Amino acid sequence: MQLSKQLNLNKRQSTLLACIVLSIIVCAVVLTGFLYDEDRIASNLEVRNAAPSFDHFFGTDWLGRDMFSRTIMGLSLSIGVGLVGAIGSASISIILGVIAATMGKVADSIVTWLIDLFLSVPHLVSLILIAFAFGGGFKGIVFGIALTHWPSLARVIRSEVMQVRSLDFVQVSRKMGKSRWWIAKEHIMPHIVPQIIVGILLLFPHAILHEAAVTFLGLGLSPHEPAIGIILSESMRYLSVGMWWLAFFPGICLLIIVRMFDKIGDNLRMLIDPHHAHR
Amino acid sequence: MRWRFTRNLGIFLFWKAIKMASLLVAISFLSFLLVKQSPIDPIQAYVGADMLNVSPEQRERIEEYWGLNEPIMEQFWSWGSAILSGDLGTSMIYRLPVSEVIGERFINSIALMSTAWVLSGIIGFSMGVLAAMKKDTWIDRIIKWYCYTLASTPTFWMGLLLLIVFAVWLNWFPVGMGVPAGVLAEDVNIMDRIKHLILPALTLSIIGVANIALHTRQKLIEVLSSDYVVFARARGEKGFTLFWRHGLRNIALPAITLQFAAFSELFGGAVLAEQVFSYPGLGQATVEAGLRGDVPLLLGLVLFSAIFVFVGNLIADIIYRVVDPRTRKEQSYAAK
Repeated sequence: MQLSKQLNLNKRQSTLLACIVLSIIVCAVVLTGFLYDEDRIASNLEVRNAAPSFDHFFGTDWLGRDMFSRTIMGLSLSIGVGLVGAIGSASISIILGVIAATMGKVADSIVTWLIDLFLSVPHLVSLILIAFAFGGGFKGIVFGIALTHWPSLARVIRSEVMQVRSLDFVQVSRKMGKSRWWIAKEHIMPHIVPQIIVGILLLFPHAILHEAAVTFLGLGLSPHEPAIGIILSESMRYLSVGMWWLAFFPGICLLIIVRMFDKIGDNLRMLIDPHHAHR
Repeated sequence: MRWRFTRNLGIFLFWKAIKMASLLVAISFLSFLLVKQSPIDPIQAYVGADMLNVSPEQRERIEEYWGLNEPIMEQFWSWGSAILSGDLGTSMIYRLPVSEVIGERFINSIALMSTAWVLSGIIGFSMGVLAAMKKDTWIDRIIKWYCYTLASTPTFWMGLLLLIVFAVWLNWFPVGMGVPAGVLAEDVNIMDRIKHLILPALTLSIIGVANIALHTRQKLIEVLSSDYVVFARARGEKGFTLFWRHGLRNIALPAITLQFAAFSELFGGAVLAEQVFSYPGLGQATVEAGLRGDVPLLLGLVLFSAIFVFVGNLIADIIYRVVDPRTRKEQSYAAK
């Protein structure tokens, strides 16, 4: 905020700047996460339980593994899972939202009922249930996230499509004999695509947080993966002897990534909303 | 007018009940299918480490006894009719009827959740009011920044931080468990319980304030920019008096209903907080049931949490209808 004031940027420019910074960070994290091989987190018993220092920024754990490397790998894994989950969830909400808005009253009430159904059980409980049904692991968590996060975006898309459909120019082009497909492609898509992109961006932080939470509870990714949730749940055993860095740094990295995505998603939403765009 | 209002409320409740019933049936059916789909073997989960001593014949007999060989629809039917008669089955890990386990855990959880609920409600509301009254000052900016950051903080990580600071460094509170270790259940006094409750409740309330504070801030800003407040300001009212006379009543109702509608997040947060502090509540039972394959308990908890969330939403709806005079007037036109 302070920086953007000094450079005299408006919301559009500062959002762009934030996007660039975020994408550089995310790319760096994901790339290094994939490029790091297991050697980087091999156990090194000589430097067990070391507090953060210049050699090991985030300290080391009880096996002498470098926490910085583990955190980076965990983050790249979390981002991957979150991305897949968010995209899956967004696809469900696009399909259902469009169906509800275009296929008449019965379809609409069915979709509304489905939305109520998926909102009626707390997210975490349904995630646990779905993870249990798939026996844990990557598949369970991705399905869980995709199946639990769609209702809010589906609602937005539904109302947006309904609103666009009732606008004058759409009515006119229907009267002019344009096909349904043409109307969908030329009139409706340009309106809802930005909404969808922002929707995915705003779903994404939730997806990462829930992935970390379910993994933390022990129902998500397997303990051999270097996921953030695993790191944090393992660290619990060592907190009482004062090894605070095991939990602190991975968590704050996760928080920063999630916070930035949230911020950018929010800014973009304000920008595409005509009431706020002028600021 | 009065009788019509009561009748409308009755119709409203009737529709809500029907909707609830349809949702519950669908939830139980879906979760039953999901659970049956699981690769985790229920017999293995039940027997546990003694599985090596169970011969294939015995195994078959257990399968037959539990009806695991029948088609899924029939299994669902017998399970569903048992539930309708009030029998949720027996929990495999606690070897107690599921309803008993849930009841006992619920008492623990309700202590935790209601403390957190009240605390986060009051603190969040006051933060929102403060931010809106001091709009665009540094107080407002700090509160906003704090709330947005909290909204992206993992609940369990917040719990871990509190654990590090208060239980490990400062040694003020015990590290975990609902009661001190090695003490008989009868000897646990109320102080011990409260001591073990504070940290998880604090975690939940710290996370919970974000939503309500931001919402209250938004609403109060709207109210403060309305004509009658502008006029009141012109008359010379300001500060707390202004808020007390014109703001409070307008924003209290949305805040209260929002708090009731947030039961779902509260439950989810409680699952994580209970796990971090090993607090023996519903959330911990859910995790245990999922990890150790306790199907009856898991299904029972899913249904219970759905009812819990529904009750919250229902109370929110009813408060809106009963208290807010505007919705009361509108609904006489559009009774549904």
